[in-house]
Amino acid sequence: MRKVSRLSRFNVASLALGLAFLYLPILILVIYSFNASRLVTVWGGWSLRWYHEFFNDRAMIEAAWMSFRVAVSSATIATLLGTLAAVALSRGERFRGRTLFSGMLYAPLVMPEVITGLSLLLLFVALNAERGFWTVTIAHTTLTMCFVAVVVQSRLGSLDRSLEEAAMDLGCDPVRAFLSVTLPLIAPAIVAGWMLAFTLSLDDLVIASFTTGPGSATLPIRIYSEVRLGVKPEINAICTLVIALIAVVIVIASLASKLSSSQGESAAPL
Amino acid sequence: MTDELPKTHAATGAADGDASAAGRPLLRIEGVVKTFGTFRAVDGVSLDIKAGEFFALLGPSGCGKTTLLRMLAGFEAPDEGRILLGDKDIAQALPHERPINMMFQNYALFPHLSVRDNIAFGLKRAGLSRADTATRVAEMVALVKLEGLEKRKPDQLSGGQRQRVALARALARRPQLLLLDEPLAALDKKLRENTQGELMELQRRLGMTFIVVTHDQEEAMTMASRIGVMKSGKLAQVASPRDLYEAPRSRWIAEFVGDVNLFDGETKLRDGHRLVIGTRDAGTLVVAEPREPVGAGRFSIAIRPEKIKLSRRAPVSEAGRETMINSLDGVVADICYLGGTTTYKVKLDTGGIVRASVANSARLDVDAYSVGQQIVAWFTPDDCVVLPS
Amino acid sequence: MSSRRIFARPARFAAIAPYVWMVLFFLVPFAFVLKISLSQTAIAQPPYEPVFALTAGWDALKAAFAALSIENFKLLVSDDIYVFAYVRSLTVALTATTLLLLIGYPIAYGMARLPKSWQAVAMVLVIVPFWTSFLIRIYAWINILQHDGLLNQILLALHLVSQPVVWLSTDSAMYIGIVYSYLPFMILPLYATLAKMEPVLEEAASDLGAPPWQVFWLVTFPLSLPGVGAGVLLCFIPIVGEFVIPDLLAGSNSLMIGQTLWLEFFTNKDWPVASAAAIVLLVVLLVPLLLYERLQKRQLEQGR
Repeated sequence: MRKVSRLSRFNVASLALGLAFLYLPILILVIYSFNASRLVTVWGGWSLRWYHEFFNDRAMIEAAWMSFRVAVSSATIATLLGTLAAVALSRGERFRGRTLFSGMLYAPLVMPEVITGLSLLLLFVALNAERGFWTVTIAHTTLTMCFVAVVVQSRLGSLDRSLEEAAMDLGCDPVRAFLSVTLPLIAPAIVAGWMLAFTLSLDDLVIASFTTGPGSATLPIRIYSEVRLGVKPEINAICTLVIALIAVVIVIASLASKLSSSQGESAAPL
Repeated sequence: MTDELPKTHAATGAADGDASAAGRPLLRIEGVVKTFGTFRAVDGVSLDIKAGEFFALLGPSGCGKTTLLRMLAGFEAPDEGRILLGDKDIAQALPHERPINMMFQNYALFPHLSVRDNIAFGLKRAGLSRADTATRVAEMVALVKLEGLEKRKPDQLSGGQRQRVALARALARRPQLLLLDEPLAALDKKLRENTQGELMELQRRLGMTFIVVTHDQEEAMTMASRIGVMKSGKLAQVASPRDLYEAPRSRWIAEFVGDVNLFDGETKLRDGHRLVIGTRDAGTLVVAEPREPVGAGRFSIAIRPEKIKLSRRAPVSEAGRETMINSLDGVVADICYLGGTTTYKVKLDTGGIVRASVANSARLDVDAYSVGQQIVAWFTPDDCVVLPS
Repeated sequence: MSSRRIFARPARFAAIAPYVWMVLFFLVPFAFVLKISLSQTAIAQPPYEPVFALTAGWDALKAAFAALSIENFKLLVSDDIYVFAYVRSLTVALTATTLLLLIGYPIAYGMARLPKSWQAVAMVLVIVPFWTSFLIRIYAWINILQHDGLLNQILLALHLVSQPVVWLSTDSAMYIGIVYSYLPFMILPLYATLAKMEPVLEEAASDLGAPPWQVFWLVTFPLSLPGVGAGVLLCFIPIVGEFVIPDLLAGSNSLMIGQTLWLEFFTNKDWPVASAAAIVLLVVLLVPLLLYERLQKRQLEQGR
């Protein structure tokens, strides 16, 4: 039976307004990053001047590089740990400490960042760890693995469990069954988890501010200190570049997940 | 809120059924068309429903029966045509403005409301007082035998109980017309048979008009007084269950309703009210001329399996009677024991295959046929239905 | 032995690494926050020295316990600045969450009513801005809201105002920023429950005589309450502790608790007070946090 759209005029209007609200500010920001004028509000014609300025700003470039390295390494560790956690929660049935485990995984999702940041800093100080790349990476891993766990767990939960049972029936032990059947099926969720972790890390200001040390600022920390001083066209250019990077990551990841899911459908032999 | 309760009484049915039958029907559907994109889901349907009728819309999935029902309920508006309830065109009226209620497939019970609140939902919308609502709900609960379950939520009920709540909820507003969308599809077989009986009993007692949509022909045959068979958005035939089965109007209907043997052939001879038809698979057959005389040309002959008798030797026409009997020689090819009946597949010497359904009237049948046995399958001309090819 | 049981054993081993990680980097740090919050301010100064030595042994630990005091908490309760900060945080979070619900619900409702193939597109469209950095989104609004920004230019051009309106450093700017940043968090759980809801229930209600607004109010809304709960908690909890948005968009005359904590920590270098503030914030958020956990757990672990 064909479904008729039940869309009323009110529905269309609220959708259109909502999306405009979400996108217009970003669009405006991107457009103004190409503004030749120093005054952010006066249009002086198209120009790449502020991108130039950014690429000559050594401190900014270093911060961007630091952010990128932190994002890649923390997202990778977080994806590994988060996937393991999701498997334990969705396939482990009952085990001792399960409640505490799931509690620790869900809480950071909404925990105010100031609390997470402060508590991690106090730990690092107590351990007398040198603060910089690794402390920020660890902090971001702790936060983002929870997001990965949730994304992967919800995919695992919606998976037909008789697939795993079929694999075992055909002679796989549980671990083999998981690796050969379940893992390929949840691969898109794992990729999405990595992406989420990557952008969350790239995005984070508060936790990084607490856990980093002198001389190793991340990009958000630098942007923040500039923004506090007022609007600068160079910031528009940096923001546009970050948006572009994230857009590329999204496109690549969605292509990858599409590829892996279409391979899955073409029934790869075990 | 100025919603008024539909001004009907439950007794519009049987009592003044005769009067209505003579005059206007309760519901008149006139040339109704509904398209989705380029797909004509309902393609020019006209139909009259009398008050007090139990009407079934039968058809395979995608035939447009559900769309037609949804137009009666008001969830879809027809692109063309009129829907008259009494003398009012309701085609464009919104669902909540119609004195028509529906029992949904899978029931659509509100999961956040108790049994009582589900049944009371429509009554409150109709502006009934608190006391009247309570009385009516109690009445409905008693009617569908749900006493003691009023406070339960739908997910605490069994499938059969949920079905009853859905029925009570739809009946509570005393609609002029009750629509039932696959009302028994979600029940298991045993429960379904009991519920069929209960639905019929309820409909007779309340004298209400029911329109049921179903894909299950047995269900339609059992419950309905009249059946409309739909195919590709059109009404293929509207008839009583008996006529539908014994006098299908087309080859498609003969095959859709029940089991049938079909032979294609050409008229060879016309002999009074008998036609002689030559078929490829079953040789020459003598059949009764259909009610509406047919010209020469190609025909299909339909014979229901239970009309075909089997015996070891060809039957002899009784002395003094001009009964011509079609008898076909063959070999038993397959036997399918079904409990009440046994279906024999007979491979005819002329090449075709007939299926004959024989009632197992004796527990110990020493005379049963076996596979490979030579056999005669026979039937009278009146057992055959001649259909346009 | 069921296949689930067979699976469960190796699956439990998978818990070990993430379990250890979370205990070490999520649970243990709270012990430190608690410890520091109970320390004398002097002990923690200067901030870059270890607060206490883990190697000092049992006696040192006992000495440390003896030195604990609730002075910092007394300060938090007695000083108006902190009390006001908590009250303001809760008020802001409550107001912003209400706004988010009022704005997010119609959008989620519209999404759920789109044809199925469009729903996926709409969902991506709602999520994508969330992927673009938080800070960037706030900065985008500074662009628009500043004295000679786009908003004032439009208002002036339309002759709606005769001179530029001050937007930045006001509560309005802060609310715009919060609503903008948290909108996807409100929309997505709402959309998830609304999309799962069977449209036939709405049809049944209208069949039983309910006009559209009653259909919404008596059926659609009550059935979407789990989504409302998730959305509200997902927004409310982090907004209470929000730092960046009020810092960049609101005025500096009344601070939220996240800002106060930041100020104590980075500017005043008073770690014990900052830690105490964090503990109090955690206590304030304990009930919504537990509610959220239960919801999350039920959502992720049901149907198995």
